[in-house]
Amino acid sequence: MTSALTLAEQVRSGTVSATEIVERHLAAIDESDGAVHAFLTVLHDAARRQAAEVDRLVAAGQDPGPLAGVPVGLKDNLCTRGVPTTCSSLILDGWCPPYDATVVQRLRAAGAVAVGKTNLDEFAMGSSTENSAFGPTRNPYAADRVPGGSSGGSAAAVSAGLVPLALGSDTGGSIRQPAALCGVVGMKPTYGTVSRYGLIAFASSLDQIGPFSTTVADAAALFEVMAGHDPLDSTSLNRPAPRSMGSLDDGVDGLRVGLPRELIDGVAPEVAARVAQAAEVLDAAGATVTECSIPELSYGLSAYYLLAPAEASSNLSRYDGVRYGLRVDGDDVEAMMRATREAGFGAEVKRRIMLGTYALSAGYYDAYYGQAQKVRTLIINAFDHAYRNADVLLGATTPTTAFPLGDKVDDPMAMYLSDVCTVPSNLAGHPAISIPFGTDAAGLPIGVQVLASALCEPLVFRVATVLESAAPPVTAPALAAATWSAP
Amino acid sequence: MTEQPGSSAAGDGGWEPVIGLEVHCELRTETKLFCGCRNAFGDEPNTNVCPVCLGLPGSLPVLNAMAVDYAMRIGTALHCEIRPSLFHRKNYFYPDMPKDYQISQFDEPINVNGWLELPDGSRVGVERAHMEEDTGKTTHVGGGGRIHDAQHSLVDYNRAGVPLVEIVSRPDIRSSLQARLYAAELRGILIATGASDGRMEEGSMRVDANVSVRRPNDELGTRCEIKNLNSLRSLVRAIEYEISRQVDVLESGGTVLQQTRHWDENEGQTVALRSKEEAFDYRYFPEPDLVRVVPDTTWQSEVAAAVGPMPADRREKLAALLGPDGATAAKADQIATVVENGLDVLMTKAVHAGIGAPLALARTANEASAEPDRARALDTAAYTALLRMEQDGSLSATQAKVVLADLLDRGGDPAALARDHGFEALGADSLSGVIDELIAAHPNEWTRYVDGDDKLTGFFTGQAMKATQQKANGKAVAAELRRRRG
Repeated sequence: MTSALTLAEQVRSGTVSATEIVERHLAAIDESDGAVHAFLTVLHDAARRQAAEVDRLVAAGQDPGPLAGVPVGLKDNLCTRGVPTTCSSLILDGWCPPYDATVVQRLRAAGAVAVGKTNLDEFAMGSSTENSAFGPTRNPYAADRVPGGSSGGSAAAVSAGLVPLALGSDTGGSIRQPAALCGVVGMKPTYGTVSRYGLIAFASSLDQIGPFSTTVADAAALFEVMAGHDPLDSTSLNRPAPRSMGSLDDGVDGLRVGLPRELIDGVAPEVAARVAQAAEVLDAAGATVTECSIPELSYGLSAYYLLAPAEASSNLSRYDGVRYGLRVDGDDVEAMMRATREAGFGAEVKRRIMLGTYALSAGYYDAYYGQAQKVRTLIINAFDHAYRNADVLLGATTPTTAFPLGDKVDDPMAMYLSDVCTVPSNLAGHPAISIPFGTDAAGLPIGVQVLASALCEPLVFRVATVLESAAPPVTAPALAAATWSAP
Repeated sequence: MTEQPGSSAAGDGGWEPVIGLEVHCELRTETKLFCGCRNAFGDEPNTNVCPVCLGLPGSLPVLNAMAVDYAMRIGTALHCEIRPSLFHRKNYFYPDMPKDYQISQFDEPINVNGWLELPDGSRVGVERAHMEEDTGKTTHVGGGGRIHDAQHSLVDYNRAGVPLVEIVSRPDIRSSLQARLYAAELRGILIATGASDGRMEEGSMRVDANVSVRRPNDELGTRCEIKNLNSLRSLVRAIEYEISRQVDVLESGGTVLQQTRHWDENEGQTVALRSKEEAFDYRYFPEPDLVRVVPDTTWQSEVAAAVGPMPADRREKLAALLGPDGATAAKADQIATVVENGLDVLMTKAVHAGIGAPLALARTANEASAEPDRARALDTAAYTALLRMEQDGSLSATQAKVVLADLLDRGGDPAALARDHGFEALGADSLSGVIDELIAAHPNEWTRYVDGDDKLTGFFTGQAMKATQQKANGKAVAAELRRRRG
């Protein structure tokens, strides 16, 4: 697929119109998304209007922005004014936000064109997009396999060539894990660099919006468009966002790369082999690669599955049938709330609300939530320690390649293990990227992960650019749309 | 027997009440605590709302700096230690809470460890004064007007997200009267700091009382929390009821259960709402959408400078205007009223303009204090002019009160208002003519008066009023009579 930056350049220079690009992608979605089910809503009219506006600016000699005319998919937990925003849940039935998320506004201001809302695990809780009330998304590389999750729709849309860019949210790996499973680039920024205003919360202290793309440069460009202080988000960092575009090609000569055992041991041998291969690439490019160990990372998953559900149990309280979305009547207000939540939430969401409620309950708080917060602090300290001897860390993104649909739906613990390599970065608030690095013997994509300390996005993108240039060639997915072409 | 505020009311069979008050006060900010919606009472329902205060999916709170400012003013006035603080979420389901959790401060409040000195000299400890958001307002339609038997309920979210400070006293209060003094004094402080308008009737100041009884020097007894106290009068009545209820329970060999109780103003009793076992588990945890509040020292000192003189100092100043009289109980009460209503500036200006302090105090503490908001907005020159008319006898006290009511109602020139009522003061000449006629008509009475029968002052004054259709000033008539007698 033509990269987003190339498309934008064509539009800005007047070579190709935004309308032509958007029409091409809408046609691809109409033709191919039946098999993939990446989209929950396709915004034909709004996208055409926006493309026409971009073309009008170009014709008037004005700059429509760095992503001029580039079609973008938005995970359906990002609020879009007047457009249904479902979180793949029945409980938001019929609800249209009266406002746009900050990232949606910034994308529009950069000339990007939102073409649709993408599928996800309900309220971003899951690792396979099977927890969607509207049916699963298929992995473009193997229709009987999951795309990963929770941003499976966005990952699959980019993977199949339906859009060159998409947004996801990453609470415990929900961008990086599906990116790895679908063979695309997926990046989680430093907590606080991208505004969460208008992102429907799963776990507020962990959620962060990030880009999906086919190239590292596209991901960096999309990140830069989104990043920067937002007065509507108190956790948004009040400082200029780190700039990466100017240093993408600076290479890794002299960089120190750590290989934490905890992000490699225990993953499938084929995945581990790709990480080792990536390490060799960096070594050959002049980096110093050192194996290391950060034992605290092993506790990340346990801490995460207390903290995230605890916050979620509170964040999801507001879906009570009183003000918006689904309402199932009851004899009194309490019965109405009960019936609404019983009918509106799926099994995984209920499971996490129960877990989180329990973890915060009187008498259990210290043992669960309190203890998990301490573990979180230990993990942050352990990362800080590791970054005294390394500029970046390299590891696997996921323990395995894409697993078959239905394989883990009845085994939540097995599903949770999908996040083992990604969760630590969320707990620490650090940036991390997954980039495609070859496939397994069955031709399923493998992702390798580059991690760095807070606000070190430029380093992450630099290292990823080197890996990208040496990655094994990408083959077209089985469900590729007409718009797909090799990066 | 009169209860002495500040001392124990342990007259009730030797039981000592132990009382602590939790006072919620709405801050007078322009906008709400976490969004830009207007903070206003009485607007059309659900007009001051936005995605944030409606808790719409994806919305996020942003703390109002002015609310922090006001909270620190309250803390400063209550001699609290002001600390870096944190918001928590208090989770429970209720339809008037848009997010089904309330953002409130929990174990790291902004103000801790203060105290409040009452007019009687007693001191009540203040455990904490923390920030939180208000809920919406529910009206239950049908049934008994409570949520459980209502046909349906209407919710107004205009109040949702209005900034509150909750001031929690230590259990240092020992009588219902002392509780009243504390609440009134606190109200004066809230108004003085500019943080709140302290209007109990509009719910901008709400009081809950924790009441227990014990034998003096025993351990604390089991407490009950009384809610729905909408006036100082309810506060006093509810506490007195609750004390005697608990004493009855204990004296008949029972035990007081820890409960939340509702004050029923009509029945004059408290009714159990829920027991300790039924209490909500609020599952407090740090609010991840907000960051720690760490006011720097510059801000803190600006706040300290912005906090005006406190009621105690202001009462002292007014008392000084009255001289030795200022110390009497009756005058002290009036002074307290003037300060409580924030009218000390009005009164002081009148006194400095030559109005006698007792007259200025009487009008300010009574008529002006009946309409405190309007009185605070009063033109001091007009107020002084009116008091001068009363002082020099051109208006009687009754007439002055009528004109003052007008002045409070719609402002204007007091002389013109007096004319509108036909209160043209009788000039000295016409009064003199009236008295000439009275003497001529009642020669025997006049002789007895001249011979020293002062009781006849009343007779002549009454006749003068009658003759002038109440326009004469009684004092002026008496003075004229005295002058003629020589």
